[in-house]
Amino acid sequence: MKPGSIAIVGAAETDEVGKLPNHSQIHLHVEAARNAMRDAQLDVGDIDGIAGAGASIEVAWHLGIKPTYVDTTAVGGTSFLLHVRHAAAAITAGHAKTVLITHGESGRSRNGVPGRAPDASGPSGQYEAPYGVFGPPSMFTVPVLRFLKDRGLTQDHLAEVAVAQRRWSSQVPRAMMRDLITVEDVYASRMIAYPFHILEVCLVTDGGGALIVTSAERAKDFPTKPVYLLGSGESMETPIVSQMDDFATSGGFTRSSNSAWTESGLSPKDIDHLMVYDAFAHLPLYGLEDLGFVGKGESGDFVAEGHTSPGGKLPMNTNGGGLSYTHSGMYGMYAIQESVRQLRGEAAAQVPNVKTSFVQGVGGMFMAAGSLVLANEQP
Amino acid sequence: MADKPVPKPTPESKPYWDHANEGELWLQKCVTTGKHFFPPRNYSPFTIGGEIEWVKASGKATLYSYVINHRPAPGFEDDGLYAIAVVQLEEGPRLMTNIVGIEITPENLVLDMPLTVQFEARGEQQVPVFAPEGGSK
Repeated sequence: MKPGSIAIVGAAETDEVGKLPNHSQIHLHVEAARNAMRDAQLDVGDIDGIAGAGASIEVAWHLGIKPTYVDTTAVGGTSFLLHVRHAAAAITAGHAKTVLITHGESGRSRNGVPGRAPDASGPSGQYEAPYGVFGPPSMFTVPVLRFLKDRGLTQDHLAEVAVAQRRWSSQVPRAMMRDLITVEDVYASRMIAYPFHILEVCLVTDGGGALIVTSAERAKDFPTKPVYLLGSGESMETPIVSQMDDFATSGGFTRSSNSAWTESGLSPKDIDHLMVYDAFAHLPLYGLEDLGFVGKGESGDFVAEGHTSPGGKLPMNTNGGGLSYTHSGMYGMYAIQESVRQLRGEAAAQVPNVKTSFVQGVGGMFMAAGSLVLANEQP
Repeated sequence: MADKPVPKPTPESKPYWDHANEGELWLQKCVTTGKHFFPPRNYSPFTIGGEIEWVKASGKATLYSYVINHRPAPGFEDDGLYAIAVVQLEEGPRLMTNIVGIEITPENLVLDMPLTVQFEARGEQQVPVFAPEGGSK
């Protein structure tokens, strides 16, 4: 794909995100899809490609879409970054012209959510479940003490991530958590899985979002300001977090971002705005280091010194992130939405003069990774 | 109260779990590359023609990383605070485990501390857990 040859021309979240006890999961998908279609002024017959993290057959059927391209890649919360990447390839290959990517998740209210039966013979069932793991807070967190030790970082650095992101979410009316906090507040909050306090753990919410991707040639026919795809990447590492190659670095982050840098021809100094999937407070630290924005071991001070906060040189997670904005379970869609808003100039906590944005996603517990380099001008 | 989750062996992993029931930790080794690996597989993850064999592990390990879980999983409610740890085996591979034989506090659990394998029941299955080297503290 030539950098800038594909564009996001429609983007929207559900009317609300947060606590939505009266909405089913499929409703959230469809509401987000309709909002994105209205944003791009498209009708049902204009969409010929459908993508989502598993639910796309039902979504297309609800919407009345008859696609020629279907992508149900489901690799956790980064799936939506991969859907953009795959849509770009499909559009370039001529498989579809206009791809709708949807996400809806009743992560908090659990309305119409398919069950996941535990499998005692799978990798997690055999090698992690017998030791009392209980959801992401006791799995995704396991690498962090090794990361901190090997990188010379401290638990204060973790807390500073949560503090920095509240500085953003305090400016975002849709964010679930908007009160400014201090490192002391983080330490005073309930311990979930040492060393993680609840303020260092993502929210559990309901919500959704959708994107419409097409060729840059067609983008000028749409009412919205196009957001161009300059490069992308994807990778994976391990089905279970205990088998991650090196707990101090994400191989998935490294590989997917390398592809995105290579495809886009850009490097970290060219990026105005950054989103790093923050299901937990350590992930932005891994992201800053593994994506090459700072050297190994420099991420903690970089955040603590305010460089990712409002007014800093690398605004990061400007919606407040999964820690403070919203996190329905698969957060990647919301990270892309915030990048699009920043590049369109319509974010709640708008950063001045954003021309380029990097989105880094993670799926599962360091299981999969995806990267997007986005811009509001063609190269 | 629910019981602790019991692993269900597959044909690949059956030797691992059978040895665990005899109180022994066994690993696979790629003879071609000389490298050990875990979890069990039918083929070498290092090279397509790798010949593999089962070998008994020393049972020695060091503490690689951990969390102290404050929200117990079903079956773990009576354990108090427990460590979900990953240990680095002497042979190279790492595995998730619990730490036993020591009070579970950040002060007691120091990264890279030496550990040795023990076994604990999950239903009818013994699973490897690790205690500080030299016995309980």
